[in-house]
Amino acid sequence: MSRLGLRRVRKAFGGLDVLADISLSVDAGEFVSILGPSGAGKSTLFQLLTGAEHGEGEMIFDGAPLDDHGRHFAFMPQRDALMPWRRILDNTTLGLEVQGVGRKAARARVAPLFAEFGLAGFERHFPAQLSAGMRQRAALLRTVVQERDMLLLDEPFGALDALTRAAMQRWLEQMWRHHRWTALLITHDVREAVFLSDRIYVFSARPARVVREIKVPLPRPRDRTGTATRQAGALEAEILDILLNLQPSRGHDHD
Amino acid sequence: MSVGLLLVAWELYANYSGIKPTILPAPSRVFEQAILNREALVDNAIPTIRATLIGFAFSLGAAFALSMLVDFFQPLRRALFPVFIVSQTLPLVAIAPLVVLWFGFGLTPKIVLVALVTFFPMLVALVQGYEATEAEIGQMLRAMGAGRWRVFMLARLPSALPYFFAGLRISITYAVVGAIFAEYAGAAKGLGIYMLNAKNNFRPDLVLAAVGVSAALTLVLFGLTVLLQRLAMPWERAAGRQAAGKGPQA
Repeated sequence: MSRLGLRRVRKAFGGLDVLADISLSVDAGEFVSILGPSGAGKSTLFQLLTGAEHGEGEMIFDGAPLDDHGRHFAFMPQRDALMPWRRILDNTTLGLEVQGVGRKAARARVAPLFAEFGLAGFERHFPAQLSAGMRQRAALLRTVVQERDMLLLDEPFGALDALTRAAMQRWLEQMWRHHRWTALLITHDVREAVFLSDRIYVFSARPARVVREIKVPLPRPRDRTGTATRQAGALEAEILDILLNLQPSRGHDHD
Repeated sequence: MSVGLLLVAWELYANYSGIKPTILPAPSRVFEQAILNREALVDNAIPTIRATLIGFAFSLGAAFALSMLVDFFQPLRRALFPVFIVSQTLPLVAIAPLVVLWFGFGLTPKIVLVALVTFFPMLVALVQGYEATEAEIGQMLRAMGAGRWRVFMLARLPSALPYFFAGLRISITYAVVGAIFAEYAGAAKGLGIYMLNAKNNFRPDLVLAAVGVSAALTLVLFGLTVLLQRLAMPWERAAGRQAAGKGPQA
């Protein structure tokens, strides 16, 4: 069943077209990635979804036009966006607090998740006292506990070192299998997209349009072993090919 | 340490160069006189402290109120800032006697002057602090459904704290100087008028004793702001202590 559906969504800032023509859908319990070059306008799409910006075209949620943005989406920004002045526990309850949940009730809802997120014992720590990976997990905890219909993840591991990122991807895949969140992930990391997603939308450079929709038929759990690894490798190569053909040949430095 | 060396050099020079104590008294003499006149010094320090603290409190209140107004209504900023910048270019020497002329010899002109010199640095610190809020935190809060007021209270205000305290440390030293200047221009009591009288009586030792008291006062107030910052921002010190090797690292 389709939860989110976008049809011919466009957005321009001033005279600059950022999103040219975006149509996509996300089913319930599906993990979908948006893959595209840096600066393609992927984050702009999230701004439309969270209501920070307004664009043209149709945005449908559960069969009705999307209006009350805050009710449907829990948004996780690129960096962890943890508040340095709040302890981890109070950082994770932030979304509930904004929803109007009382402090005690919010803490009670968050507390049982700490162990699962590998944060048990760190409730009273400040973000600066945690490793980058732990901060990212805390940020995800803050996101999922809002219990919105759908997660919007904007390059959540983009700022992490390669090893931590790989560990976090494994962990997220595992978490997702347990919870089956409906999730939309923005990334420019091909391996990440293939490893985590059920489907991938490949975006063009700005102004962004969907150039390809790719199903990822790999079995879960995705542990990067056995024959599935070769299959994943082939898929990654194919997608990389698409992405590289999008780029005008000017030695674009990809980060 | 460096202060100690300076005092020793000063002591030696005052004692052995043949300079008269009515021109340059030795630090030992200043100290001795400060002890002898401690009652008068304390008596005069109290109005100065009072003027400093009350003036500063007014300035803080005004700076807070205005900083919020400016943060919520950006056009106000462009309209108001030139006025404040001009207020900072007024020479204290010229403005102090006028303020005394307008408000008399009581507490009011001191409060006005202290507020005048400390208000702008505090306002700028706060406004800059709000602006230093991480953009992604604001974006996330709005996605959570927070309105402007919530975003201000949850993110912009706490983000401004380090800036606030930096401004506070600078302003508190201005505040003492401002109070003394105001008294210099006319007062019944206070360190400023005490200095002026001592100078007119050819007692540089007492002038310097009063200077010592005002310096000590400034240092104490400065120390208080540092202490206050530690209490208000416990996460700053926690950041120094790493969660070294504890728990899962991923």
